[in-house]
Amino acid sequence: MSVRVQMTVNGESHASEVEPRLLLVHYLRDVLGLTGTHVGCDTTNCGACTVHLDGDAVKSCTVLAVQADGCEVTTIEGLAHDGELHPLQDAFWADHALQCGFCTPGIIMAAAAYLERNPDPSDDEIRHALEGNLCRCTGYQNIVKAVRTAAAASRKEVAA
Amino acid sequence: MTTVERPAEERGWVGQALRRKEDPPLITGMGRFVEDVVLPRTLWMAVIRSPEAHARIVSIDASAARERPGVAAVFTGEDLADLGAPLPMIWAPPGVEMRTPEHWPLARGAVKHVGDPVAVVIGEDRYAVVDAAEDVIVEYEPLPAVVDPEAALEEGSPLVWEEFGTNVTHEWGLGSEDIEQALAEAEVVVERRIVNHRTAGVAIEPRGALADWREGELTLWSSTQIPHVTKFVLSGMLGIPEDRLRVIAPDVGGGFGSKLNVYAEEAIVAWCARRLNRPVKWIESRTENLSATTHGRDQIDYVRMGGTRDGRITALHTKIVLDCGGYQQLLTPFMGVFSACVMSGCYAIPKVRTDVIGVFTNKVATDAVRGAGRPEATHLIEVTVDQFAREIGMDPLELRRKNFIPKENFPAEVATGLVYDSGDYHGTLDKCLEHVGLEQFRGEQEELRKKGVYRGVGFSTYMEMCGLAPSRIVGPKGVGLQAGFWESATVRVHPSGSVTVLTGTSPHGQGHETSFSQIAADLLGVSYDDVEVIHGDTNAGPHGMDTYGSRALAVGGEAVARAATKVADKAKRIAAHLLEAAPGDIEIRDGRYQVRGSPEAGMPLSDICAAAYVPEDIPVDIEPGLEETSFFDPENFVWPFGAHACVVEVDVETGEVDVVRWVAVDDCGPAINPTLIEGQVHGGVVHAIGQALYEQIVYDSDGQLTTGTLVDYALPTAAEVPDIETDRTETPSPVNQLGVKGVGEAGTIAATPAIVNAVIDALSPLGVTFINMPLTPMRVLEAIDEARGRGTGPRATEQAREVGEHGEGAAGSGPAQPDEGGAP
Amino acid sequence: MIPPEFEYVAPESLDDAIRALSDGGADAKLLAGGHSLLPLMKVRLAAPSLLVDLRRVPGLSGIEPHNGGFRIGAMTHHADVQFTPALGLASRAASLIADQQVRNRGTIGGSLAHADPAADMPAVLLALEGEVTVRGPSGDRSIAAADLFRDFLTTSIEPDEVLTEVLMPSSEGWGVGYQKFVRRAEDWATVGVCALVRANEGVCEDVRVGLTHMAGVPLRATAVEAALRGQPLDSQHIAQAAENAAEGTDPPGDVNATPEYKRRLARVLCRRALEEAAGTG
Repeated sequence: MSVRVQMTVNGESHASEVEPRLLLVHYLRDVLGLTGTHVGCDTTNCGACTVHLDGDAVKSCTVLAVQADGCEVTTIEGLAHDGELHPLQDAFWADHALQCGFCTPGIIMAAAAYLERNPDPSDDEIRHALEGNLCRCTGYQNIVKAVRTAAAASRKEVAA
Repeated sequence: MTTVERPAEERGWVGQALRRKEDPPLITGMGRFVEDVVLPRTLWMAVIRSPEAHARIVSIDASAARERPGVAAVFTGEDLADLGAPLPMIWAPPGVEMRTPEHWPLARGAVKHVGDPVAVVIGEDRYAVVDAAEDVIVEYEPLPAVVDPEAALEEGSPLVWEEFGTNVTHEWGLGSEDIEQALAEAEVVVERRIVNHRTAGVAIEPRGALADWREGELTLWSSTQIPHVTKFVLSGMLGIPEDRLRVIAPDVGGGFGSKLNVYAEEAIVAWCARRLNRPVKWIESRTENLSATTHGRDQIDYVRMGGTRDGRITALHTKIVLDCGGYQQLLTPFMGVFSACVMSGCYAIPKVRTDVIGVFTNKVATDAVRGAGRPEATHLIEVTVDQFAREIGMDPLELRRKNFIPKENFPAEVATGLVYDSGDYHGTLDKCLEHVGLEQFRGEQEELRKKGVYRGVGFSTYMEMCGLAPSRIVGPKGVGLQAGFWESATVRVHPSGSVTVLTGTSPHGQGHETSFSQIAADLLGVSYDDVEVIHGDTNAGPHGMDTYGSRALAVGGEAVARAATKVADKAKRIAAHLLEAAPGDIEIRDGRYQVRGSPEAGMPLSDICAAAYVPEDIPVDIEPGLEETSFFDPENFVWPFGAHACVVEVDVETGEVDVVRWVAVDDCGPAINPTLIEGQVHGGVVHAIGQALYEQIVYDSDGQLTTGTLVDYALPTAAEVPDIETDRTETPSPVNQLGVKGVGEAGTIAATPAIVNAVIDALSPLGVTFINMPLTPMRVLEAIDEARGRGTGPRATEQAREVGEHGEGAAGSGPAQPDEGGAP
Repeated sequence: MIPPEFEYVAPESLDDAIRALSDGGADAKLLAGGHSLLPLMKVRLAAPSLLVDLRRVPGLSGIEPHNGGFRIGAMTHHADVQFTPALGLASRAASLIADQQVRNRGTIGGSLAHADPAADMPAVLLALEGEVTVRGPSGDRSIAAADLFRDFLTTSIEPDEVLTEVLMPSSEGWGVGYQKFVRRAEDWATVGVCALVRANEGVCEDVRVGLTHMAGVPLRATAVEAALRGQPLDSQHIAQAAENAAEGTDPPGDVNATPEYKRRLARVLCRRALEEAAGTG
C-alpha cells in the first residue's frame, strides 16, 4: 500500500505517495535528495540522523515518514539562513568540532534544538544533551566547546 | 638532513591553527559520502550472512527470492567461481609457514563465523532486497565451533580449517634469542597474563560500495581508507586491467583501521555491476558492521619482565596468543608484528623478545583498529612496569626514569634491532607531571580515602612506531609485506598561479587538505587559500599507498613537501632568469621570489608560471610547465612518544569507574597545525577510554555474537568522558625534512594502561594489585571482592581467571608492597 | 535496517482506532511515538500486519491536574513529563530516559504499554501507585499499576484496548529518590530504584520502593518497605532495610551484569535512593 504524505521540509512543501514503512530518514535522503542526514546504526543509538520535527530534535531513523505527515521538518541543509551559517555551524568550524564529519549534521541538529531550550548551558549539561549522539573522531571535547561558543554567540546576538 | 626553506615572515602557514578546508560542506550537509552518490538505474544489494559460527552449506534455495518483483538476481559463491583470486592477505614472512585459507567473497561450501557472506540479492529497491533476502533458504549443517583462542590450541579442539590439521595460523618471533637466559639471571621476574580484549573500530559511517561498469571500465566508490590498494587487488580478482579500474574514496566517515582492508562486498558489487551491466550499491548496516567488518585487538599476552631489585629492567619476554578469527584479512596476522616492533617501549632493555602464535577461531577476522598491535604492546609494557615497580617497592615513575632511553642516545637501536629516530622521554614525563601536580593529588587522595572516595592516578609513558613505510624494512625482503610503502604527491601550479596538490594518501577525517595545503603554501610562497588538495581518486594523481598507520603526514606530507620543493626550485630558476640573477640568490619572501638583499627585484609565483606556461623567455634547458611529482620512501619509521596521566574515581560499591581527569603530553615533532594534533589526541584517548571501560566484542561459547548492535557494543557518549588536557613537546625526526611524526594513533596507543594503573592505584588500599580490561563495573567489583578475600559466588568475568592463575604470586612475588606512589 | 511491510491507518477518533485494532486481528499494533516498536521492527524482531497510528486521535496528549495528582495523556512525550517539574519523581525519571531525541518522540503510554522491564516509567508508576485508563470496544476501564504488568513485555491490556491516560498521583509530601545504574547515559537501566519516603519527626511513616530490571516486570521491594516502615530514618536503619532490596527478585542477566551483580546493585542503589528520599544522603 502507499500513503500520501505532505510535509514542509526546510520551508518547502512536499507531497508524496510513500510506503507506510518508509523511514523519515530515507524519505529525506532518497525521495527529496537531502543527503546531509546520515544513518550510522540500526538501533536509535548514534543520532547521525537527527533532524527537527516541529522544532524538536528527533532521530529520523525511528520515525516513519507517515508519522511526519503535516509536520515541519528542518534538516542540516535548512539550518543556514541567507547564506549565513548558523552559529553552531560556524562554531563547529572554528573550534575543530568535526573530523570525518559524518556524525556532524546530527550533532549540530541535536545541539541546536537543545540551545533553544537552554541558551546558557554548562559543559556538563551540554555533554548530557548530546548523550544521544555518537562521535568516534573528536572525543567530544571540541564539540562541547563549539556548543558553548555558539551559545555565547547566540546570546550576544539576542542581546544586541 | 636538509632544512626547509620557509618564507621569511615570522609566521609561515605551517604551525598555524587554521580552520579546516574540509569543513564547509560537512557542516552544511553538502558532504558526499558513498551512500550520497546516486547513479541512474542503480540496483541495491543485500547480503545473506551466516547465522552459524561454523557450518557446512548443504544447499541454497533462492527460487522464491528470484520470483519476487523487483529482484534482478541472486548470486552465491558458485556463481562467483570465475574470480581470479580470493581476498588477499599480504604478509609472507620469509622462512615462516603461514596458513592462509582461500577467502572467497561469498562462502564456498562452508561458513566460518556468524556474519560470513553466503549469497547476495540484487534488486531495484533498497527495502525490497532486504525482504527478498529473507526468502533465500540456506540449509546449514552445523559443525563444532571454537571461540576461545587458547581452547583452539588444545589437542582435540574443533578445527576451523580441517585441511590444515591445526588451528595455528603461524608462529613468528622477534628479538633476543637468549631471552630465557636473561630472565633466569634476573633478580626479580614479574609475570602476568594480560588480556587485550576484542573491540570494533565502529566508524560512524558504516562501510558501503557502489560499482559502475561502463564499456569495459569499472568505477568503484567505496568507503575505504585504501582506494589505491583496492584498485590493485580488485584488478587481479576481477581480471580488469588497472588502467580500466578506478576506485574513488569520496568523503569517508571515519576508518580507525576498520576500512583498511579489501572487503568481500567491494569485490561483489564490482562483479555484479559487470555481470548485470548496471550500477550496484551496497550500504552496510551497523549490525553487519559489527558482525562482518574486521575487529581489532584480541590478544592474550603472557608477559615476563625481569630485572634487578634496584630497578634496572634487564629482560622482557612476551608470548602473544593472537586471535585471528576465521580468515586472514589483509593484515590479520601482522598485528603481532606491530606489537613486537614496539616491545621495548621507552626503555633501554638489554634483552627483549616477542613470540607470536596466531590462532584461527570461529569469529570475524581481526585486523587493524586504531593503533594496530601497538596499543596491545604498550598496554602490556606499561601495566607490567607498574607491576614490577610494585614488586620491588619502587615508585613506578622512578622505575620508568631509570630505564628510559636517555635523549642523548638517539638515534637508539633497541634489542629488537629497530632504531628509534629521536626522543626525549624524560621531557614529556616532566611536562606531564607539571600539569598533574602529583604531590597535591596524593594529598587529596588521602583525604578522600578517609571519606570512602577512592581516587587513583595512573601513568603511561609510551612510544610508537609509525609512518608506515619504509619499504626496505617492511617489504618482501624485510619483514615480508608484499608491497612497497612509499607515498606520492604531485604539485601542480596552474597557469594562473593557483595550486593543486594530488596526494596518494586517502583521508577519512584527518584533515590532509588543510595540513598539506599549509606545507605546500609555505614552500611555494603562495597563500594557503590558493592551494587545493585532491585525494582518494585513483584516476587523479600518481599511484599511492593510502592512509593508515599514522603515515599520512610523515610519508605523504613529506612527499608533498618534496614535490613542492622541486616546483619551487624550478620556479626559482625561471625567476633567476627573468630577474637576471643567479638561481642560488633567489629566495621566497612575503609571497615573492626575490633576489636576496634586493627585495625590489622580485615577482610572485603567478608571474613565474605565466612564463612557464607561455615559455617564450625561459632558459632552454628548462621544460615548460610548473608541475612536479615526488615519491618518498623514508629510511626509517618515525617514533612519536609521550606521557599520559589520568585520575579515576572508583565507586567501590558498584564498581563503576569514572575518568575525572586526563593529561596528555605528546611529541610528534613540529606541528603543522596544532589544532589538528589536539583533535587527534582527544579522539584517540576517548577511543581508548572506550576500550578500557566500555567496549567489548563478545561471542558466546557457541560463537554467537552477543554484542551485535550499538545497544550492546557500548561506544562512550559525551556524557561518559572528561576533557583531555593536552600539551606537547617538539622533538624533530631526522627521517623527513619536515621533522614530523604521526599522531593519529597516539591516543589509543598511550591511554589504556594509564587507566588500568590508575584503577589499581585507587583500589590499592583495598588490596587490589592487578586487573584486566575491560574494567566493567562488575569486573571491578569482582577484583575488590577477590582482594578482600570475599567471593561473590560464581565468577562471572575473565578477571577471576587472571588472578587465580597468573596474578600476584605466580612468579614468586611476595605480598603486595604498600603503594609508594608519588613523584620524587 | 528496514522494517517489514505492514498496512497502516491513522484514524481520527479513538473509536475508529479501537475498531481498526479489533478488525486488524492478532497482528495489529498501536503506534504511538514508535520508540519501542519501530526499533524492534527495524531489526525484524516484530512484524505487525497493521499499524494503527494514534497521532490524529484528539485528546490523547497533555498533562493536567487531576484528583490531587495528574492526568497524563497517553501520547504525552517523555520530554513533556521531564519539563513538568510538578510531577516530581516522574519528571525526574523521565529526564533520565535514553536521550533528548528519544524523549521528544517516546510517549508515556507507549512505554507503559510496551512494559519493557528495563524502562524507567513502569516502576515509577508502580511506586506511586498510579493507574492507567484503557478503552476498548466495551468502554473505559481502569487498571492499577500493580495489576498492569504481567510478564516480560506483557500487560493486562487486551489486544483491542487502547491505553488513553495515565493517572499519576502526586509525590507531594513524599521525599523522593531515583537511582538508575547505566553503563552509558543513553542506555537502558541495568538496575533502577525509585524510592518514596514519608517522614514524621524522623520516623518513616510510609515508604514505597520500585525496582526496574530486577525481573521480567517492574517490582515493588516490599521487604525493604516492611523493614523500614515505622523505623527511624537514619543511615543505619536505611542501610539495614536496603539489604532486603533483592528479596523476591529474579533479575535477567546479560553480558555486563549477572543476576548476582544486579542483586548487589539493587541493594546499593536502594540504600542510596532511600537516603536521597529521606534527605540523609
